[in-house]
Amino acid sequence: MAKIIVVTSGKGGVGKTTTSASFATGLAMQGHRTAVIDFDVGLRNLDLIMGVERRVVFDFVNVINGEASLKQALIRDKHLDKLSILAASQTRDKDALNQEGVERVLNELAQDFEYIICDSPAGIEKGAFMAMYFADEALVVTNPEVSSVRDSDRVLGILSSKSRRAEKGEGKVKEHLVLTRYNPARVAKGEMLSVDDVKEILAIPLLGVVPESPSVLTSSNSGVPVIREEGSDAGSAYQDLVARFLGEDKPHRFITEQKKSIFSKLFGAQ
Amino acid sequence: MDWLKFFRGDKPNSAKIAKDRLMLAVAYQRSGQANGPTYLPKLREELLGVVRKYVQVSDEAVQFSVQREGGLEVLELNITLPDQ
Repeated sequence: MAKIIVVTSGKGGVGKTTTSASFATGLAMQGHRTAVIDFDVGLRNLDLIMGVERRVVFDFVNVINGEASLKQALIRDKHLDKLSILAASQTRDKDALNQEGVERVLNELAQDFEYIICDSPAGIEKGAFMAMYFADEALVVTNPEVSSVRDSDRVLGILSSKSRRAEKGEGKVKEHLVLTRYNPARVAKGEMLSVDDVKEILAIPLLGVVPESPSVLTSSNSGVPVIREEGSDAGSAYQDLVARFLGEDKPHRFITEQKKSIFSKLFGAQ
Repeated sequence: MDWLKFFRGDKPNSAKIAKDRLMLAVAYQRSGQANGPTYLPKLREELLGVVRKYVQVSDEAVQFSVQREGGLEVLELNITLPDQ
């Protein structure tokens, strides 16, 4: 049985696409057949983050409309043969995604893949709703910041009441907290919500903490998911996150501040 | 100057403020209007009616929320009684 996992957040710009790209890449790196779908119709971006923008011929909406087969539209990753990408369409038609069409594509994908990652658009409108409706599990990407946390809570409410699992009484969508753009130094200074604060407010299990990191931008510049950046802190955090998702017991890194030098201890703020 | 602050020990803890504000915002969000059972507004009205038989309270003095905790839903009603 394929597992459908939505990467969602409510708020925009918190790292959904970055997380989708790295999570899908990580699962494929661990040998799992994985497909990642961009649900952000009209504002396609996953292709850029995955570095396949020049290979998009057909997209998700083409497949739904029967203008192309799934096989034609799926882009096989150049580095990982177990990873495929389905790009979003650039159409401005808001109703391009319909429930029957999405379900048909997901069912077809489920025959060939173990994991189907749905990269949700921001907001709680149709695209976001379609991305989460069929989900078995959800990665709720959140920044330690008030508007992001509140939006995540809103999305959790929708997942628990409006998803297919909720409607059919098939049990809860399994929720995972992914805290991104985390800055332990600011947390230590009392300037940023801590992991524990966010966990307490949202009351869902923590899957991973990804530190605020320059490598997220630089890897997106070159179209390489940050998880493939050797030695980068954000990349390592995503590797841990994937391992944890697959059942490995990995302690959380990047939650506490790097050790300060004696100099900064003496002259810096506490 | 950092070292002055160090001696005074007055670091502004805006994270704490953020957390308190969020707790309220989230409680409000979960209080039924968003996704709770549809009978909640009516239940709220009726409970208020009973309370008002004994104490006069304003609408603002009443906090009503449903929290999800694991598999349980917890209904919480907070009423701030007026000063005598």
